[in-house]
Amino acid sequence: MDLAELLEIAEKERRRKKPIEIHCCVAASCVSSNSQSVKDKLSELLSNTDLKDRVEVVGVGCMGLCSKGPLLRNSVTNEFYCHVNLDNVSEVLKDIQGQKARIEKLKIDDPFYRKQMHIVLENSGKIDPESIESYIAEGGYLTLYQVLHEMTPQEVIDEITKSGLRGRGGAGYPTGLKWSLVAKSQAEKKFVVCNADEGDPGAFMDRSVLESDPHKILEGMIIAAYAVGAQQGYIYIRGEYPLAISRLQNAIKQARKYGLLGTQIFESNFDFKIDIRIGAGAFVCGEETALMQSIEGKRGTPYPRPPYPAEYGLWGYPTLINNVETFANVVPIIRNGSEWFSKIGTEKSKGTKVFALAGKVKKTGLIEVPMGITLREIVEEIGGGVPDGGKIKAVQTGGPSGGCIPASKLDTPVDYESLISLGSMMGSGGMIVMDDKTNMVEVARFFMEFSKDESCGKCIPCRAGTYEIHNILTKIIEREATQDDFEKLKLLCQVVKDTSLCGLGQSAPNPVLSTIMNFEEEYTSLLKKDT
Amino acid sequence: MSVKTFSIDGQIISAKEGQTILEAARDAGIFIPTLCHFTGLTNVGACRLCVVEIGNSPKLQPACTTKVIEGMEVKVNTERLKEYRKLILELLFAERNHQCSVCVANGNCELQNLAIKLGIDHVRFEFRYQNYPVDISHELFGIDHNRCILCTRCVRVCDEIEGAHTWDVAFRGANAIVITDMNQPWGESESCTSCGKCVLVCPTGALFKRGVSVAELQKDKSHLEFLIQAKVKKQWIR
Repeated sequence: MDLAELLEIAEKERRRKKPIEIHCCVAASCVSSNSQSVKDKLSELLSNTDLKDRVEVVGVGCMGLCSKGPLLRNSVTNEFYCHVNLDNVSEVLKDIQGQKARIEKLKIDDPFYRKQMHIVLENSGKIDPESIESYIAEGGYLTLYQVLHEMTPQEVIDEITKSGLRGRGGAGYPTGLKWSLVAKSQAEKKFVVCNADEGDPGAFMDRSVLESDPHKILEGMIIAAYAVGAQQGYIYIRGEYPLAISRLQNAIKQARKYGLLGTQIFESNFDFKIDIRIGAGAFVCGEETALMQSIEGKRGTPYPRPPYPAEYGLWGYPTLINNVETFANVVPIIRNGSEWFSKIGTEKSKGTKVFALAGKVKKTGLIEVPMGITLREIVEEIGGGVPDGGKIKAVQTGGPSGGCIPASKLDTPVDYESLISLGSMMGSGGMIVMDDKTNMVEVARFFMEFSKDESCGKCIPCRAGTYEIHNILTKIIEREATQDDFEKLKLLCQVVKDTSLCGLGQSAPNPVLSTIMNFEEEYTSLLKKDT
Repeated sequence: MSVKTFSIDGQIISAKEGQTILEAARDAGIFIPTLCHFTGLTNVGACRLCVVEIGNSPKLQPACTTKVIEGMEVKVNTERLKEYRKLILELLFAERNHQCSVCVANGNCELQNLAIKLGIDHVRFEFRYQNYPVDISHELFGIDHNRCILCTRCVRVCDEIEGAHTWDVAFRGANAIVITDMNQPWGESESCTSCGKCVLVCPTGALFKRGVSVAELQKDKSHLEFLIQAKVKKQWIR
C-alpha cells in the first residue's frame, strides 16, 4: 500500500456512498435492544420504494444516547430517531419520505450533545465499524502514513509530550513521558499493549470505542509502536466483550490485508503486528503487572513495581501499556497538532474525557466532554437532571477505585487533580448519578463487595482486609455495629489503602473513605448506642 | 562492586549494589518482620509486613523488593508501621484456623513467633472459622489448609529450587488456596518428587510430615540452605 492507493480507496468509498445515509447503531447497547433487526427491516422496507438508489441504511457505532436506543440518525438532517423497534420502523421510512411520522425525534443541538466535544468519539456513530474503507474515507490511516514518512520517532514522542495527554486508564500518568521511557530502554524486542480490560461496574467507554471505531485504536497503536520501537502489539480485552473482540479481529484482518499491519507498513522499513489476548474475567487483570502476567499465560496476579513495564515488561522486555482511550487520542493529536490539543481542557488535564453516564439521570449513555467542564453541567445539562423531580445526592466516579462526590461539590471542574482532592478519582470514566433515595453506606458496601470478590488473594491487606471492611459495613447496615466498629473500619481502610500491593487494594477503600468524608452522619446514625 | 550508603531509622548502613533494603537491614542486624520472604527464593512482596517508610513519601514500599538507593532514608519502626503490621497479622489470624495449642508447629512456627514479637495479645476481628480441608493423600506429607497463610513459599521453592512446579495457587481473593498439579489430591500428583522442600519452607504448620503430633514438627532447614547456597552462590559446601 502506498499513499496513492490509500487515497484511491478513500475516494472510491466516498463515491460509493448514497446521498442519504440512515445510521443505525450496532454497538452492544442498541444491539441488545434488537437494533440489528431494525436495520434489516428498514433496509427491506427501503428496497421496495423508489428511494432505494438514494438512501442506504448503514450500521454504525455508538451515537451516545443509549437510554433512547435503538437509535437511528439521518445523515442529512442530522436528526435522531429514538426507541426505534420493529413496530415503528415504518414511521422512520415515512419521515424520510417527507410524510408526517409518529416517532420520537431528537435534534443534534439537543442539550445532550450541545456541550460535548468529540475527539475520541469523532468517528463513533458516523462510520461502519466493520469496514476499513469507511474508516479510510474519513481520513483514516493518513496520519500513520505521515508519521512513517515524515516524522522521526522522537518527533512523534515530542508531539504527544507537548500535547499534555495523560493516561486515560485512571491514574493520569503523562503519556509522552511513558513513551519516551520505553523509547529510551535498550532491548532487542519491545512491546506495545492496549489495555482493554475494562472492568469497573457501570463503565463501558472502552467497549463502545472498540465497537464503534476499532481502526482508530489500531492506528494509534501502530504510531505508538513506531515511536517507541516495538515490533509486536497485544490488545488485552476482556472476554465479556464478544462484539468488541469480533470487530477487532475483523479490523486486524482488514488492516493486514491492506499491508497496514505486518512487514514494511506503507512501504517503510517499519514492521508491526498486533494480536488479541482475551481475559478470562478477572478484574485485577486490568492492573498492568497482572495484565502482563496474563498475557504471558500465567495466573493474573500483580507484582511489585519498580521495575516498571517501561523497563521490564512482557517477558522482561520494555513494554508500553496504554488504555484504549489513550490510544484513541493519538491520531487526532498527531493530525491536528499538539498545540490544538493542549488548548482544550484545564492547565494540568488536557483534552477531553469520555464518560459512561449512568444512574439517576434522564439521559444516560456515552458522552465525551472537554476537561474542566463541571459535574453540574454533565449531570444537569447533558444528563437532563434526575427524573421524576428527584434531587441529586452524589455523583460516583472512578468505580470501585473512586468515590462519591456530594451534590454540594457539583460545581467542581472535572480534571484529575480536582477529583482526587474530593476523595474520588477520574478512574476510567464510569459516572453514576445517585438521587436522594440512595443509602450511601449501601453504595460503599456494593463497591466493597466487588473489590472483595475481585481481589486476587496475593497480599494479605487486600485479601483479608476487604473482607473485614465488607463485614463491618454489613454490620453497620444491619444496625449491629458500635462506634468501636466504626473506628476499626476507618483504621482498616487506611491500612488496606497504604499497604496493599497493587492499585486494586490501594484504591479499594476509596468508596468507603469518600462516603465517610462526605456523608459521615449516614454511618453514625446507623450505629448502635453504647449500652 | 560499588557500595551504597543509606540510613535505617537514623543508623548509617552500607549496602552492596543491587541489595534490597531487607537484605541490607538483615546484614546490619536490623529486624524487619517478614512472612513470604525466604532467602534464595524470588521475593513477591505479598505479606506486606516488611513495608517501610522511605524519605517523606507517604507511599509505603516493601523492603523485600525495594533496592537500596544511595542516600535514602528508611524508617522501619515508626508507630504507624507497628500499628499496621499488627493489624495485618490480626487479619491473618482471623482468616483461617490458627489454633496454636493443637498445631504440629506449635513452638516452631514463624507466624506464632512474629505474633509474640509484635505483641499481639488479641485479635480485633471475629474469627471466620472456615472449614478448610486437610489433604493427607501423600504418603510422607500432609497439608492442612486451615493453617495456610498463602505466603506461596512452597510454590516458589517447588518451582525455583526443585524445578517440579507441583504447587500453585488456585481461585481468587478469600477463596484462594494452594493446590498440587491440577487441583488433585497431593498423593495423586504426578509432578511431585516427594522432596519435602515445601514442608521445610512452610512458615506455619500447614505443610507437615506425616506422623508428627502437636508441637513436634521440627523443620531442619540446613539441608535447604545448602541447596539454595549451591544454587545462588554456586558453593557446594555444608
